[in-house]
Amino acid sequence: MSSTSSDTYNYMMAPEAEPEINKDNYLNDGWRLQDWLLSLDHKRIGILYLISITVFFALGGAYAALIRLELITPGGDLLSPDAYNRAFTMHGVLMVFFFLIPSIPAVFGNFVLPLMIGAKDVAFPKLNLASWYMYMIGGTLTLVAMVTGGVDTGWTFYTPYSTAYSNTFVAAVAVGIFVNGFSSIFTGINFMVTIHRMRAPGLTWFRLPLFIWAMYATSLIMILGTPVLAITLLLVGAERLLGLGIFDPALGGDPILFQHLFWFYSHPAVYIMILPSLGVVSELVATFSRKRVFGYAFVAFASVAIAVIGFVVWGHHMFVSSQSAYAGMVFSFLTMFVAVPSAVKVFNWMATMFKGSIEYSTPMFYALGFIGLFVIGGLTGLMLGTMGLDIHLHDTYFVVAHFHYIMVGGALFGYLGAMHYWWPKMFGRMYPDGLSHMSALVIFLGFNLTFFPQFILGYLGMPRRYHVYPDEFQILHVMSSAGASVLAVGYMIPLVYFTWSLVAGRAAGRNPWRAVGLEWLLPSPPPTHNFHEIPTVDWEANEYRELPEVEPAPMPLRSVPGQA
Amino acid sequence: MSAGHAAANSYEAGLAHHFESFEQQKESSFLGMWLFLVQEIMFFGGLFVAYAVYRSMYPAAFMAGSQQLDTFWGFLNTLVLLCSSFTMVLAVWGAQVGRKKVIVWGLIGTIFFGAVFLGVKVVEYSAKFEHHLVPGESFEWPPKKHHGGDHGAEAAAHGADDLAHGAVIATEAHGADVAIDSSNAVEMSGRGGAIIFFFLYFFMTGMHALHMVIGIVIMLIMLPMAAKGKWGPDNHNFVEGFGLYWHFVDLVWIFLFPFLYLLGAH
Amino acid sequence: MEFMGFPLFDFPIFPESASTLAGDVDAIYFFALAVSAVSSLLIAIILFGFFAVYKRKKKSEIGTPTAEPLALEIGWSLIPLVVTMVMFFWGAWVFLKAVNVPEDAIAYSATGKQWMWKFQHPTGQREINHLHVPLGEKIKLTMTSEDVIHSFFVPAFRVKQDVLPGRYTTVWFEATKTGTYHLFCTEYCGAEHARMIGSVVVMAPEDYQEWLDQMSQTMPPAMIGEQLFDQLACNSCHFDMDRGRGPALGGIAGERVELADGRTLDRDDDYLRMSILRPSEHLVDGYQRIMPTYQGQISETSLLQLIAYIKSLPAADDALIADDESEEPEDEDTTTDVVHNAAQLALETVAVTVGE
Repeated sequence: MSSTSSDTYNYMMAPEAEPEINKDNYLNDGWRLQDWLLSLDHKRIGILYLISITVFFALGGAYAALIRLELITPGGDLLSPDAYNRAFTMHGVLMVFFFLIPSIPAVFGNFVLPLMIGAKDVAFPKLNLASWYMYMIGGTLTLVAMVTGGVDTGWTFYTPYSTAYSNTFVAAVAVGIFVNGFSSIFTGINFMVTIHRMRAPGLTWFRLPLFIWAMYATSLIMILGTPVLAITLLLVGAERLLGLGIFDPALGGDPILFQHLFWFYSHPAVYIMILPSLGVVSELVATFSRKRVFGYAFVAFASVAIAVIGFVVWGHHMFVSSQSAYAGMVFSFLTMFVAVPSAVKVFNWMATMFKGSIEYSTPMFYALGFIGLFVIGGLTGLMLGTMGLDIHLHDTYFVVAHFHYIMVGGALFGYLGAMHYWWPKMFGRMYPDGLSHMSALVIFLGFNLTFFPQFILGYLGMPRRYHVYPDEFQILHVMSSAGASVLAVGYMIPLVYFTWSLVAGRAAGRNPWRAVGLEWLLPSPPPTHNFHEIPTVDWEANEYRELPEVEPAPMPLRSVPGQA
Repeated sequence: MSAGHAAANSYEAGLAHHFESFEQQKESSFLGMWLFLVQEIMFFGGLFVAYAVYRSMYPAAFMAGSQQLDTFWGFLNTLVLLCSSFTMVLAVWGAQVGRKKVIVWGLIGTIFFGAVFLGVKVVEYSAKFEHHLVPGESFEWPPKKHHGGDHGAEAAAHGADDLAHGAVIATEAHGADVAIDSSNAVEMSGRGGAIIFFFLYFFMTGMHALHMVIGIVIMLIMLPMAAKGKWGPDNHNFVEGFGLYWHFVDLVWIFLFPFLYLLGAH
Repeated sequence: MEFMGFPLFDFPIFPESASTLAGDVDAIYFFALAVSAVSSLLIAIILFGFFAVYKRKKKSEIGTPTAEPLALEIGWSLIPLVVTMVMFFWGAWVFLKAVNVPEDAIAYSATGKQWMWKFQHPTGQREINHLHVPLGEKIKLTMTSEDVIHSFFVPAFRVKQDVLPGRYTTVWFEATKTGTYHLFCTEYCGAEHARMIGSVVVMAPEDYQEWLDQMSQTMPPAMIGEQLFDQLACNSCHFDMDRGRGPALGGIAGERVELADGRTLDRDDDYLRMSILRPSEHLVDGYQRIMPTYQGQISETSLLQLIAYIKSLPAADDALIADDESEEPEDEDTTTDVVHNAAQLALETVAVTVGE
């Protein structure tokens, strides 16, 4: 590549003597209610999502707290069986459909994706706003069902329990998730078109930030998988409301077909949750090692490979469901191939740090925690994909521990990493270092204390979704509950310092991390229309050239608003 | 600078603020539409998978159920939809070359054929209600004889025999040591399979009809806009995108028709 | 180590192994654990090492670009591939062993329903929630469910198999140690899923024989009551809440009830007894006067057994209970007939439901 740095590159990487908060920003562009609720600005829609998914996360967390409190004793002292079943169902439904799936794509994808590729907005801003409304309508329906009695089927809605036996509001929640599915589909279509058609000049596919590759792979799953879940839930709803049997064996239906259709979406859905985090971690590792990601093309294609292979492995959830042993073997075989791109990513991140210049910052700590937990989650996933071992592990706490390592240790750590990384860009202010380092550590320790004992419980045979259990499991459950309380404290701390940062944090300036990427070219917070004139990209993803030590001459680019 | 300048000038001519050029806008809207259709394929795909699974579980009941459907109406509707696709193509062409009248009449034609299709569907659905073929309390199986399906009842009874046999085989495959008393299996499989067939029939054609209704509503909104001359050579992405949607809905019917209607034809 | 009288590190970390399959499953587990431990540790050491060595020293320092040899990428793609293929073939081999039932296995049957396990021995003895089996014999269970999906799981045997309504699944094991082992339902099946537990008791063959002989003489009253419940066809009206012609019986013992004539009574033993003997005098509000009198038709002993059974039905407001339609098998029933009955009745249940 060009050895002489372009003006744009120099401007992007230049230190600022006195960072300022950009006044001409998207936040100040109207504060009436309709300026927010009807805004077509991708950044505002990202903020709307940020607020709403935080609320859903808190609710899901409250249910988790109930579950862990109940499980401190083996006897079922706190909640009735019904209440416990509703609690774990609502915990799962809220966390999966209303937090994890939208989390990174809807908040950070919306906010930074157009900025990262040099676009003024996503391709279809109205569709984007509609996706938030779909999310809110679906969420509200679910909340109404929750307040009026909840659902007790587990987030998996297995038939015939969900269609013929449960006396709870299954149809309402199914419709809620169905509507919410449109939010995913709209987001997926939007991102895919935006990435295809709206890249800045010079920003070729192989110069794209790895986060964009991850978003692309995620969108692929959203578009291909979500409609199948939609039709499945519609069938469940129809079966319940009309009393017909499409999945109920008593009426000639096949409950295993439901499981196939459900997992056809829901296994790839796990990759909707983890792929964005993989993308975030690639960004973090490169930025905070100040080094181009090792094996860029391999990391990029690994994301796409995970998305594609993810569509053909769903049967590994059904080894003991009465699926034929040979079908199971095919699924197990294919499952093993997910391990390869996952491992490739981890090795490439490590190689990126080799001879890097590693900054001890909060986002980097989250990336570090992510890699560790993702490795454990991935390896235990491998055990679950091994048929002979899955006979014993299926539907035990081993599974619970495994998917929390992926969903919390993976997806949530990625989310928090992204939050700490892009927060200065979103709001123009920094958060306190000490406190944020500490909370990352508290969350990491709390998380491991909560979920590591569950691996042991699982191999001992403790089944999932039990509100009472044999006495010998108690100590491990107590440890897990203790860990959960540490984790809860860990989640509170960022809530406090981020709120504080909104009003009193010191100005971040344009590029506090001196990261490479078009979003760092803009003042923080960015102006409503992002780029006045679309800049031309002449650098590779995360390409580091000699950093200027002092602030260069005033902005040479007309393209940056507020400077024109 | 020049790009920005051009964008400012063409803003009123239908270029959204966040696009740099008409070409970019056009490509984006088509790609978006195609992706939307991909997700539609997955949506109907789920239903077709369910259809395939149950058809292989209850082949005879599906055959007998299919014979209760009136091939004449199904064929007529296929023709009607092909005509509507033609008028849609006319409307799109009208937009491309900027002939307002062609767009308007193309849309009116498409709406007309769409309405005819739905009308035929109403006739068919009500016949099913009359003959107690709607899954639910009043479902009767084997069906009583009526003008449309003389062979139906016979075939249904015949199908039930096959199924009893099928159930025995299925049981053995699942590792039970003994065959199941076949009289129960006859009752269960014949009726159960038929209920599932008719449920899928109503659900799949219903979902398809819903897509038609949505399409007609959108066209009714488009009509006054077309009359005002909103679309022309520079600005016809919406009409073209909608055309893709309409053709897709037709295509779904091209699959539904043989799977549901022609399956049991002699 | 203790904390306020609470043992801190006194917890199990490994389940008992009591079947021929356990060793095979554990072997893969230990292999996978070793692989996981080694690779996680290596990764952790390298990560922390890099963090320490390459810590940023100067504000404007950047990383040193490194060569990216293709061989490295291919190498670290192949390593996980090899390890996973070992896991796959090994796992598939053990799985096939676990699902292919040996020819000489003795056939038992199991029925899952909300929320109990019902077992029948090849010799006809029935049990609820407990299964006694002889040591060293290959035991095959043919399983079905009366309602939702359940799953049969005995951790000590490392066996698990979903139990589905409307079809049969099988599981087999050969116990290698006498003792009592947990039996769990691992597929979520409703309110009392966590109480759908029991035990598998492995006995020396001669003890097992002795137990079988005893069983046929002294069956628990509730169990005989259950059989009476079937014989008298009580189940044709009393099954679940809204569908039966008679009130559902699960969990009613001791509760208050409103009668058609306006009285409100406690459903104690006397109430239950009189309701069976002279039902028209105790008509529950909202039901028809259709139950026949059983006065003089049924012995007191049987009555007690029936009541014991009714009281044993689980209490849950939305339970589907007492819809057991199994028949008492003939004395000379062979295993085949047991399964045959179960098969026929499962289908009848289905047919009845469809008929409605």
